[in-house]
Amino acid sequence: MKEKIKSIINSVGLPRIIIFFFLVSLFVLAPFVGIFLDTSLNDVIVRFGMNGLLVLSLVPMVKSGCGLNFGLQLGIIAGLLGALTSIEMEMIGFTGFFTAIGIAIFFAVILGFLYGTLLNKIKGDEMVVATYVGFSTVSLMCIFWLILPFRSPNMIWAYGGSGLRTTISTQDYWFHVLTDFFKINIGSHIVFPTGTILFFALLTFLLWAFFRTKMGAAMTAVGSNPAYAKSCGVNVNKMRIVSVILSTVIAAIGIIVYQESFGFIQLYMAPLYMAFPAIAALLLGGASVRKASIKNVIIGVFLFQGILTMTPSVVNNIIQSDMSETIRIIVSNGMIVYALTRKIERAR
Amino acid sequence: MMKKQSSTKTMNPGVYFLINYAVPTIFTILVAFAIPLSRLSGDYFVRELMIRLSRNSFLILALLIPVMAGMGMNFGIVLGAMAGEIGLIFITDWQIIGISGFLLAILVSTPIAILFGYFAGIVLNRAKGREMVTGFMVAFFMNGIYQLIVLYGMGNIIPISNTNILLPRGYGIRNAISLLGIRQVLDKLIPLEIGGILIPVATFIVIATLCVFMVWFRKTKLGQDMRTVGQDNEVARISGINVEKTRVLSIVISTVLACYGQIIFLQNIGTMNTYNSHEQVGVFAIAALLVGGASVAKASILNVFIGVILFHTMFVVSPRAGKELMGQAQLGEYFRVFVSYGVIAFSLALYAWRKRVEKENERKKVMDYRKSILVK
Repeated sequence: MKEKIKSIINSVGLPRIIIFFFLVSLFVLAPFVGIFLDTSLNDVIVRFGMNGLLVLSLVPMVKSGCGLNFGLQLGIIAGLLGALTSIEMEMIGFTGFFTAIGIAIFFAVILGFLYGTLLNKIKGDEMVVATYVGFSTVSLMCIFWLILPFRSPNMIWAYGGSGLRTTISTQDYWFHVLTDFFKINIGSHIVFPTGTILFFALLTFLLWAFFRTKMGAAMTAVGSNPAYAKSCGVNVNKMRIVSVILSTVIAAIGIIVYQESFGFIQLYMAPLYMAFPAIAALLLGGASVRKASIKNVIIGVFLFQGILTMTPSVVNNIIQSDMSETIRIIVSNGMIVYALTRKIERAR
Repeated sequence: MMKKQSSTKTMNPGVYFLINYAVPTIFTILVAFAIPLSRLSGDYFVRELMIRLSRNSFLILALLIPVMAGMGMNFGIVLGAMAGEIGLIFITDWQIIGISGFLLAILVSTPIAILFGYFAGIVLNRAKGREMVTGFMVAFFMNGIYQLIVLYGMGNIIPISNTNILLPRGYGIRNAISLLGIRQVLDKLIPLEIGGILIPVATFIVIATLCVFMVWFRKTKLGQDMRTVGQDNEVARISGINVEKTRVLSIVISTVLACYGQIIFLQNIGTMNTYNSHEQVGVFAIAALLVGGASVAKASILNVFIGVILFHTMFVVSPRAGKELMGQAQLGEYFRVFVSYGVIAFSLALYAWRKRVEKENERKKVMDYRKSILVK
């Protein structure tokens, strides 16, 4: 029995078990401190829709052996460019939303190609370089947000300053177009964001199907054993670039869905640390540096967002102070440290 | 080692120099353009540079030892900075001022820094080959622990009597703490003024002592062991060196030095942002060292000082240059953040690329050699 428990702990990972029980205890405690479970559950679902795609975007790069995408910000930058352009063109509703996505994909493919080419030159050190490529791109874009010739009065400072505002509202354009698409009211507290979840399911399905095509299988082979893949006639470098482009494109779409649900486009330094929560969520779902699946994404986002929603409300009610930010930092970064210190196991 | 040299030596020496010193070269050109653009007076410029040299050198010197042990840039020096800040919080609480307060802060924070460094060292030992990204994440993780201690533990579990530094709710330290009691005590310990410019003699003596220590340390048994570990883990192990222990020690020393470095830094500034002061310590120190011509595998004392001068010249002039050039100081601010991150990204990528090329060249040579034997 003891042996069995030990092996389960080893295979699931101690931090995941701790976090799981932490979350369960939060849910158990919630009613006692006067929190409605249905509102919390609703928050979790809404946040799932918001963040799901950003986490999903990490999967192709892990599969092709490029490691955790610490340069997720590149995709976000592409998404921001798409969103800003669609607002500049005064596109409203679904037209605006899909125009944003279309333009974002265009930029994501270019950025992803350059990023992938760079990562091919530095195999083995992808993660640390990617982190700083992400950081430097975000700070470089800060300069561009100041000088790019956007004119829409809803985006630039009304007076005094110049350049784009730090937060831009999507309210008058495509705010909640997905969320309100066939939304279902359950009771008085739960509003199920059907459109967002459907959109997430659609992209997840497409990615799942992609990994069952010949190209998808080749990509997985490159990740699990590059030498073997090469001997089978797979172009390793090309596959890696394709995976990076795919990751960047999904991240670009992901941030637009996020803005659609959240209601604001955040510019300047806001995207700087956005890669870490996404990575932490994926790892929490059971992924490792070398292995990730769609299952990991779904479980991970639920657990991670569950903690983010439950901690502030429950802990605040108990000790009357907001510890959520601190707990978020410890949980998400601790999870990444944990994953990095595991021995790299080969994907099967 | 022999092979490495021969494979790079076949390159054109000019190209070789450019690749090795790309970052300092680009930076020198950049600074050379930015200085006249900023239209700063020479006097102001010298004063600023003097302050920054005394303020930052110690922190950057703290990076050298892990490089020697082959662990790359130690992003974990942020942990040392946190330890130093905890020490400073305590002496502010006890209201001990002057040089004795400064020394007491060092005394109090040393064990904390050793503890933090030990933790980081053990974590990094479990992530061999990925030390830098792991060290970086450890720093982020410990930032959460630091918040837990300082924002929730102090005044609660850890007794703090001085209500001036506590938040109004009764526990947790305020966002900003005035270090007026120890402000510039080290800088002004031995007063010297030349042409209206204050020269922080004592601080420079401390920095010089550390440099001497570094030179001496390389020659000690431990220093030699670290260099062997840095070159090849396996060779070191065979020759009877406890590799894991040596690596942990290098991180502990680096963390403790960073702790002192942060205390020196903050006594110069005179105020402390409890939750932000340490955040960028790692990035700026590492960027400066790389600008000075260091790489992930090699860093010297000379690199530190060239780095401080070049990097901080850029820091001083870029907001002004941005204002003169584009009419926006904000532009220069963003530019210097971009340069700090960009320098690190560029140097790390360049180093990783060279490492891979060298590896491939070596493999090719072995293959050719094998072929030639077969032909015979």
